[in-house]
Formats: sequence, structure tokens, C-alpha cells
Amino acid sequence: MMPGQGAMTAETIAAPSAEKAIHPVWVRVTHWINAIAILVMIGSGWQIYNASPLFDFTFAKSITLGGWLGGAIQWHFAAMWVLMVNGLVYLTLGFATGRFRRKLWPITPSAVLADVKAALTFKLAHDDLSHYNAVQKLLYSGVILSGIIVVLSGLAIWKPVQFQELTTLFGGYNFARYVHFFAMAAIVGFLVVHVALALLVPKSLRAMVTGR
Amino acid sequence: MRKLIPGVDSQLLIKDAAKVMPDPMRRTFLRGAFSLGALTFLTGCDIIDSDAAEGVLRKISEFNDGAQAALFSSTKLAPVYPESAITRPFPFNAYYDEDDAPNVDGAAYKLAVGGLVDNKKSWTLDELYALPQVSQITRHVCVEGWSAIGSWQGAQLSEFLKRIGADTRAKYVWFKCAEGYTNTIDMPTAMHPQTQMTFRFDNKILPRAYGFPMKIRMPTKLGYKNPKYVVAMEVTNTDRGGYWEDQGYNWFGGQ
Ligand code: HEM
Repeated sequence: MMPGQGAMTAETIAAPSAEKAIHPVWVRVTHWINAIAILVMIGSGWQIYNASPLFDFTFAKSITLGGWLGGAIQWHFAAMWVLMVNGLVYLTLGFATGRFRRKLWPITPSAVLADVKAALTFKLAHDDLSHYNAVQKLLYSGVILSGIIVVLSGLAIWKPVQFQELTTLFGGYNFARYVHFFAMAAIVGFLVVHVALALLVPKSLRAMVTGR
Repeated sequence: MRKLIPGVDSQLLIKDAAKVMPDPMRRTFLRGAFSLGALTFLTGCDIIDSDAAEGVLRKISEFNDGAQAALFSSTKLAPVYPESAITRPFPFNAYYDEDDAPNVDGAAYKLAVGGLVDNKKSWTLDELYALPQVSQITRHVCVEGWSAIGSWQGAQLSEFLKRIGADTRAKYVWFKCAEGYTNTIDMPTAMHPQTQMTFRFDNKILPRAYGFPMKIRMPTKLGYKNPKYVVAMEVTNTDRGGYWEDQGYNWFGGQ
């Protein structure tokens, strides 16, 4: 299933055990729990969308989850808890340990431009996996923000009476539906790039699994 | 296609019911290339068997009933809107076509009242119309995602329950409708100030499409928890489920 898995065992054994992991275990665990929860949320969310589409298209049934609206809602409101609790753990630890500040900050436009140029000319280095380049910083911060928005706008349309202040903050019930949709779309857009890049640089995938 | 409400195709509204009905083959509930495929891929093994998964999902849905009951506030009111915000025409929605909606004879109508109440007398429409009337312009939110603002007039359910000597410490109120639709709601929602026995829409006698002669309007609950054509109600400690809830929609259905 994972490219580079064969090489992994040999290198893991060879690596000195005192060497610090590229990604601490809490990042790896929350990352993969999040990946599963997000995929369930997206698949079931598309099925829910199909019941009352916002635009002139629907999602093919084969890529949706739940079979029908009621089933999709059950998946959506089950994975919702996983996504929220896991996300809170990740955000809390990300801030508390200083990881966000160290890894995702600062992001300057000039650095992003320089790294985009380097990437397009295949000169972007990936030697040091513990260091994110400016494009990665921007993408990761962006998807974390999208994740926060998707959860909050989701709460706003789930509880437009009990959480009506939140619903108002998102421009009312109907507007919040669009916000929720576009936050999902941003995450899907990120995912396409993100997964492609992870497969292009298999050692980064290995690091997110084994920590090294 | 002209959009009546963002996200609602007016022609599709009538057909909605068919679209959201569970697949005739209940097994497809969890199937589909996506579901098991993706989960199997991610977990790397085939641990998901659909019966077990359905059971777990049902349990979580019950957990969500509890969570929503905890979130529910008996004093928090649903937002109200000005008359200009009313959605016209207000959509008809049911699991059948508008032509097949129940045609209840108002003159012969009697609301049956039962269960844990002191006075089990039935109520004619004239008697119901004579109850103190209240009005609300609120947002009706459908589980499908669309919403519409309507104007409803009628009697407060809480006031009616007190009037008939209902045991308001009971857990549920159950409703039965002319076409066989049923619905059980929690007592706190029944006692909410905006929960209404509705006899009028937009100050005119409730049209057949919107539930003549009586609808129960709960702006704190999704559309499928707002029964139309109500012919009987019962105060009870037994959860008797409901038409959609029994098929998998969330029981609490709160907003
Ligand atoms: C399911 C397929 C996925 C794969 C194969 C994957 C792979 C990876 C890999 C290899 C890394 C480390 C990248 C590096 O070292 O530069 C990573 C980091 C990250 N991924 Fe994913 N990912 C997936 C899904 C997701 C999803 C769904 C999200 C969010 C919606 C996400 C958000 C992130 C974030 C925020 C980081 C940075 C984490 C940190 O450093 O704290 N990933 N992912």
C-alpha cells in the first residue's frame, strides 16, 4: 500500500534510537485519525449535499457514503465527534508544545514565492523533513484554518436555534451552508495536492507513519 | 431552473421524498464503492462488517439524542422574522405527492387526547380555535438542508397540556396523523413556549398542503419532527418512535 515501505524496516533498525523523531507520536496519531474522520465527513457530506444541492451539480453516488440521506447523516454526526475531539487535541498540543510556532511560523509572501518558483523548477529541497518550506507552511496553516471553519459553520447549521449567535456570525442559516461547502472544497483541494506530494516524496509519508 | 429558496429546485421539492427514501435494499445503507472501500484502504484490513457498523452508528445517533437534549434550552427562543421575510410560496414537502395529501373533513374532525392526562375528552375544531391563540414567523429547516420562513398561528402546546391536566413530568408526547405518520417528542420540547398547535398559516385557515386541520409547529426541531394532519396525541413514558425515526433519522431532530 505505501511506497517505500520495503526500505523502511532496514532504515528504522539502522537509525540510532536516540535520534529525535521528525514528527512526535501525537502528531502522527492525530494526523491519521483526522484523515479517516475527514474522509468520512466528506463522503457523507456529499450525500447530504445531494438531498438539497446548492449548485447545479450533485456528487456521484459511488463516491458518497451512507447509501441514503439518513445513513449519511448518521455517519456525518458520528465522525463529527472524532473530528472535533481529535482536532481539539491537535490544536491544543500544537499551540502548547510550540510546534505551530516553530514549524508553521512565520509565513512571508516572499518566502512562499521563492519556494513556489523553486518547486516549479524542481529545485525545492526535501533533505530536512523536520523543516517545512514556505508552501507547506501556507498549505498546512490554511487547511488547519479551513478545518476550524468547517467545524464551526457545521455547528452553525446543525444548531441554528441553540447556537443562533454562531449562525448569525456565519451570515445566517443559508449563508452558513455556503461557508460550510466552500470550507469543505478548500479541504478537498488541499487533499489532492497534499496526497500527490506525499506520494511524490515517499520518505515524508514514511516519516508521518513511523516518525522517522 | 428557477430557484425558490437557495438550494431548492421547486420542481424537485415534490419528488424529494422519493429521493431521500432509504434504498429498497436496506443493505445498501453502508455499501457503495466509497464506504467500505475507503475504510478498508485506510485501516488496511477488512474489519468493517455492515451489520456491526449499522449498530454502532445507531448507538452514536442515540448518544446524539442525549447530546441534543442537553444542548436544548427551554427558554432559548428560535429567531423570529418580519412578515417580509416569509417564503412565498411556502414549499410543500412530504413523502407523497401534494395530491395524495390527507383530506381531513374539518366538520367531523375530533382531536383525540390520551395517555397521562386528567381530561381525555376529544376536541372539535371550533373548540380548538377558541383556545388562546399565538403567532410566530420562524424558519422551518428541513433535514435535507433547505429552509423556508413561514408564519404560523395557533395555541401553545404547553398551555393546552396544562389545560387538559397532562402529567408534564412524563417523558414524551406522541402524535398520530391522518395518513398514519407518527412522531414522538420529548416533554421539554413540548413545553417550549414556541411549540404550537397550529391551525392557521399566514393568518388563513391551514391549507391542506400545510397540514389541515392541525399541525404541530416546533421551530426548535427539524421539519420531519413537525407533524401535519394531527388527529391524536398521547402523553406517555414510552418512546413510540416515529415514521422517519424508525427508518434511521435522528430521534431528537433538534436545531
Ligand atoms: C489521507 C491521505 C493523507 C496523506 C497520505 C497524508 C500525508 C501527510 C504527510 C506525509 C505529512 C507530512 C508532510 C511533511 O512532512 O511535509 C502530512 C502532514 C500534514 N497533513 Fe496530511 N495526509 C493525509 C490527509 C490529511 C488530511 C485529510 C488533512 C487535513 C484535512 C491533513 C493535514 C495535514 C497537516 C495539517 C499536516 C502537518 C501536520 C503537522 O506538522 O503538525 N492531512 N500529511
